[in-house]
This record gives sequence, structure tokens and C-alpha cells, in this order.
Amino acid sequence: MRRLALSLALALAVAPVLSPLVAQAAVQPGEMLSDPKLEARARQISEGIRCLVCRNESIDDSDAALAHDLRVLVRQRILAGDTNRQVVNYLVSRYGEFVLLKPTVTGSNLILWYSGPAMLVAGLAIAGLTLRRRRAAAEAERLSLEDEARLAEILKE
Amino acid sequence: MITELGHYALILALAVALIQMVVPFVGAQKGWPGWMAVADPAATSQFLLVAFSFLALMWAFVTSDFSLRVVVLNSHTLKPMLYKIAGTWGNHEGSMLLWVLILSLFGALVSGFGTGLPPRLKARVLAVQASIGVAFYLFILLTSNPFLRLAVPPMNGQGMNPLLQDPGLAFHPPFLYLGYVGLSMSFSFAIAALIEGRVDAAWARWVRPWTLTAWMFLTFGIAFGSWWSYYVLGWGGFWAWDPVENASFMPWLFAAALLHSAIVVEKREALKSWTILLAILSFAFSLIGTFLVRSGVITSVHAFANDPQRGIFILLILAIFVGGALTLYALRASALEAKGVFSTVSRETALVMNNVLLAVSSLVVFVGTVWPLVAELAFNRKLSVGPPFFNVAFPPFLIAIAIILPFGTLMPWKRGNLGRVLAQVAPALVLALALGLLVWAVQTGHSALGPAGAALGAWLVAGAVVDLMGRTGRGAAGNRLGRLWRLPRADWGRAVAHAGLGITIFGICAMTAWQTEDIRVAKIGDSFTTGGYTIRLDAVNEVPGPNYTATRAEMTVTRAGSTVAVLYPEKRFYPVSQMPTTNAAIARGLWRDIYLVVGDAQTGGGYAVRSYIKPFANWIWLGALTMAFGGILSLTDRRYRLAAGARRTASAPDPVAAE
Repeated sequence: MRRLALSLALALAVAPVLSPLVAQAAVQPGEMLSDPKLEARARQISEGIRCLVCRNESIDDSDAALAHDLRVLVRQRILAGDTNRQVVNYLVSRYGEFVLLKPTVTGSNLILWYSGPAMLVAGLAIAGLTLRRRRAAAEAERLSLEDEARLAEILKE
Repeated sequence: MITELGHYALILALAVALIQMVVPFVGAQKGWPGWMAVADPAATSQFLLVAFSFLALMWAFVTSDFSLRVVVLNSHTLKPMLYKIAGTWGNHEGSMLLWVLILSLFGALVSGFGTGLPPRLKARVLAVQASIGVAFYLFILLTSNPFLRLAVPPMNGQGMNPLLQDPGLAFHPPFLYLGYVGLSMSFSFAIAALIEGRVDAAWARWVRPWTLTAWMFLTFGIAFGSWWSYYVLGWGGFWAWDPVENASFMPWLFAAALLHSAIVVEKREALKSWTILLAILSFAFSLIGTFLVRSGVITSVHAFANDPQRGIFILLILAIFVGGALTLYALRASALEAKGVFSTVSRETALVMNNVLLAVSSLVVFVGTVWPLVAELAFNRKLSVGPPFFNVAFPPFLIAIAIILPFGTLMPWKRGNLGRVLAQVAPALVLALALGLLVWAVQTGHSALGPAGAALGAWLVAGAVVDLMGRTGRGAAGNRLGRLWRLPRADWGRAVAHAGLGITIFGICAMTAWQTEDIRVAKIGDSFTTGGYTIRLDAVNEVPGPNYTATRAEMTVTRAGSTVAVLYPEKRFYPVSQMPTTNAAIARGLWRDIYLVVGDAQTGGGYAVRSYIKPFANWIWLGALTMAFGGILSLTDRRYRLAAGARRTASAPDPVAAE
């Protein structure tokens, strides 16, 4: 949905400035490695690498010339015997962490990664405490409430 | 001339909205019926004025009036008529006009349908609604005016992005906006309730249908966008966690939470202030979405800094409305006295869990969406947050929601018995686990995604069946079936919507886990096999289109010797925008889609050909439609149809609400 979203955003929000947006699936037959296992590894790595000139698009999906170069580069590194991690590290050393679609779990990114669990714990704690406090308060006036309920019953009849 | 009238109508609408914002509000504060009554004609005339303005813009697109800047930038005489009409909202200025059109439509609807509303509440709701209108009319007139003329009109326009030239454009944005903007109703009701200092079951009964309507449209809009991108993009991507998509998904999650908490207010008069907060947050995230999409801030901080006018204006609107609403909430929420008490094991608790999970999951999406911005501004790190992050961070919440959902629907109000509920869901649980194990055993490969999706999907669907059957009481099967049919529509709506969620979850998991892909160079006459289907490239022809030229392939798909489909994928070239597009050909089916794409001619002869077999792809959108259909069923419940009359008698003894 990325390219569509991008063109929608461009059409709806920003002036149509970026032109080399081509709606066409990315990996070309000529780029692929003959060994299906190595090719599968290349695809897996590519899905996590951002096409630097695109918006939030992986090199696996992108048609930009740069994405093509990076796909070829990834495959060259694999053929040279790199592990997946080494390939990724190589790309990060060249292009910075901007190239990673999945941010590292380091430094300030810890906020990003742990905000979900933290918010969940906080949400449950707040909900639990609030409900307990309310229940305690309600316990005190329960009798009057029961009276009210009985009154309502009687009135209904 | 028509253009000037449209422009003038928009300015008049601003004036009317100003009156509607002030007069009924003062009337409600002072208790002057005449002033409050101004709201109704104002809401109606505001809608008529904006509708006229919108039609004037549409007229300019249809007649290709190239003296209008927005038409020149986004249209072309050769464009087919459907896209000239849809082109009205296929650009920034026009889409904002659609935004206010829908806003004023909802205002007029409240005025029309809300005859049973307490007059004071109605006046305040419409006044708040008008204040949102004022902000956005000003935004359009000051920063994004679609009616600006060019001094020297060109001979022709610059055309529209070919990717948008699709029937999808005609439907996707209007439905999405009906959802986004529909949430303004819940917001207006929440603000009115805060001013009044009173939230009760009647209020919740008024808010629920509007929230439900907005949520339904949002569901449909998102599903439609996902379906559109699936066939238009050329590899079947249906969701990419793009900021633009997240912008619609966050309010959807909050609206879903709001729907559920409003039930607790309606039935049990508990969770009042939380429901008000959710109503505020739902619309706040609609506005945040608008800001993210409109300002260009997500494309890059620098794009925003270069042309900050629109972005800052929306940010200002956001700050005033959300800031104001939250301040009001902080001041007044304590006045909303909760009545209902419930124990830890109860439906109320299950709905609180639902709310916490939905709200936190939405916030996770929010944090992920804005994190690149925060990291750059606060920590000087240039980084990206893409699908690999969201695919890890979001699903746990969805899974948790799916697991507790059937328990929640079976739990009685106030105080429940976990053992009894467990006994009730046991068949669904056994079925789900058995199906998961079966799928695990049958599938090739060792992905846990497929079996997990099957188990969760079955759990939700079977849970919905148990939920419905559980409401038919005891007795012979025939009697129970008869009673099943007579169950309130709201019960059916709930079960159907929950089953829809199960279908969607299954579709997403199944397609992702089991799709096969084949990329190769094929010469004419070549055939190859993928995912059990044999595909042959028969021919490739050049075909002219209305405003493009196409390279069209003819491909035959066979299975076990018999022909399944003959498909014609195309590669198109649009001379006006100098852009090629790929148009996949899809043989759709309930069990699988066969998805073929033809690419460039290769230097050594032949064409690049991509073939995908996507099992259960259509279940994704089928499930979403089922969810929306559940909403429709719930909306047609007789409780809502009778609500107006019932309220008139109920509120008669107390015409002046306690301040």
C-alpha cells in the first residue's frame, strides 16, 4: 500500500514534486541469485533495508535506481560470504542507521521499543487502581443504592 | 461565474458557522429557546452552502476550466469523466472542501434526526460542531483556496497522477472522510456533555449511533484503500504501515474503543469520564492524522520547514481544539459521577481491558509514526521506522484483544463466574485449538503464522456463534433457532462484527504465510509452474487506451490440465505525466487469488513476469466488510429507531438539565 499511500499523500498534500515514482514491483529477474537459498536470504535482508530516496519503502519494493544498486550490493555481499548481520552492518556503516526499517534497540530507541509495554502496564495499573478506589467508595453507599433499586422496582409496578 | 458563486457560498458558510457557533451557545447558557433554535436552520443552510460550493468546484473539473489553478494542476481534458469528477477531491484543496462538506452534512443530520434531543444539548452540540467548521473554513479560505484563478490560463492541465486514475479514487477518500469527520460528532457531544456536566445513559444512546456510523465508514474506507492498493501496486501489498495509513488506523482503533466504552455508559452508567476522554481522543487523532498527511511533516522535517503555512495552521487548530477539550475535561470530568459498580470478573472489566488494549495499541502506532521526527529533533538521530517495527510491536495487542474477546461477550454485567464462562466457550476453544493443530500438521514449512491465524480466526468466529446461541436460552433446538432469529439486531451486530475480525485476522495470517511468488523472464510460448498452477505466456500486444498506451500480455493459467483463467496483465504508459504503471491481472477466488504482473521487455528477449498465488487474500476485506455490516445491523436495532420517542417521554419531567 506504500506507493499508493505515497502518491495519495503527494497528490493530496504536497505538490507533485517527486516524479520517479513508478508503480511496478521491484526485484528484477536479472538481479536474482541462482541459488534459491541465497536469494531467499537476500530477499529477507532487502525487506528490512530502506530505499534511501523513497519514503518508508524497502529496497525490495522500490524501483528507484538506488534501490536496484543496493539490491545488487546485498547480493554481492552474500556471494562474498557475509552473514546476514554482516551485510546489514556493512550497509549501516555506509549509509547510517537511516537505512534500517527496523530501528535498533539502543539508546534513545529504547523509548520507542518499550513505550508499548510501558503504556500497557501503566494503563492496566491506572484502570485497576481507579476501579478499586471506586469500589471502595461505592461499598459505603451500597445500602442506599439498594434502597434506590427497590424503590425503582416498586415504582415500576 | 459559477466559480465565483462557489467561492462566495464558502465565505457565506463561514459566516453562518460563526453565527451557529455563538448564538445557540449563548442561548443554551442563558436558557433562551429562541437563540438555541437558531442552530437548526444554521446547520441546514451551512450544509446547503458548502454543497453548492463543492458542486461549483466539481463543475470546474468536469468542464476542465483551466482558469482555476487547482484544475490546471490536477486535471487534463483527455482524462475520463469519472476521474474528472473524482478529481474534485483527488487534490489537497478539493479534499479539504470535501472535509468541510462532510462536517456540515453531519451537522445537518444531527439537526434533522435529533428532534428528540434535549434542546440545550442539541444547541451546544451544534455550536461545537460549528466551531470546528469555522476553523476549517478559515483554513481553506486562507491557505488552501480551491477557487483561485490564474491570470493566464494554459491550454491544458498537467493531468493527475496515473496511480490515482482508478475507480478507487471515487470511493476511498469520501468513505475515509465520512469516518474521520464523523468522529467530530462524538467530540461535539463530549464537549457539550462536559459543559453541561452531565453524562447519562440517554447521552450514550445518542452518541453511540454517530460513533458507530463514523467507525463503519472508517472501516469501509480503510478496507477499500487496502483493497485498492492490493490490485493497483503490482505485488499485492495490502498494508504497509505508511504514516498515511497509520493516520487512518489510529482514529479507527480509538473509535472502536469508544464504541465499547459507550456501551458501559449506556447500560451501566459507569466509565463516564473515560468515555468522554475517548471521544476527545478519537477526534484528536483524526485531526492528528489530518495534520500528518496535510503538512508534509512526515515526508521530511525540511519539506515542512520550507512550506510551513498549512502545517502550522492545522497544528494551531489541533492545539486549540484538543488542548481546549482536554482542559475542559480536566476541569469538569470530576463532575461526572459514576453510578455502576462491578466486580473484577464482569463484562465491565472485559470492556475496560478491551479499551486499554485498543488505546495503547493505537498509541504504539502513534509513537512509531512520529518517532523518526522525535529522534531527529530531540536526539539528532536520522532513522526510519518501517513495517518490521510495526509488525513486531502491534500484533501482540491484537492477539490479546482477540483472545479475551469471546470471554468478554459471554461475561454477564456486574458480576460474572469465570468457571461458567469457561464451560460455555469450551467448544469454541477446542475447535480453535484443533484447527490450529490440523493446519500445523497439514501445511508445508514450519511457519507458526498460518496455524496461529487459523486458531485465532476460528476462536473468534466460533466465539461469536457461542455468544449468539447463549442468548437463546434453554430448550429444544427448534425453539432456540426461532429465538435466534428474533434476537435484537444489536446482538447480531455484535456477533457479526466480532466474527468479521476473526475472518480478517485469518486472511492476513494465511495470505502472508502461504503465498508463493515466482519472478522470471518468460518468452512468448513459455510455461512454468508455481503454487500448483501452470502459467503460460501466450502473447504480448500493444493496445491503445484513452490517455495511455498499454503493453498487454495474454497469459493462460491451468491446473491439472484444465484452464483456470486467461489473464491480461498490462504495463501502461501515460504520456501527459510521463509515468508508467503496472496493472496486474487477478483471477479472484474465495480460496486463492492468482495475481499476474508483466514487466519490461528484456534485452535477451522475453518479458519479466511475476506470478503470485495468494491463498485467502479476499478474506482480509471480506472480514472488514463483515465488521462494517455488523455495525449496520447494530444501527438498525429497534432501540435506536424507537429512541427518539422514548426519550421524549423520559426527559419530559426534567426539561431543564441540572447545570
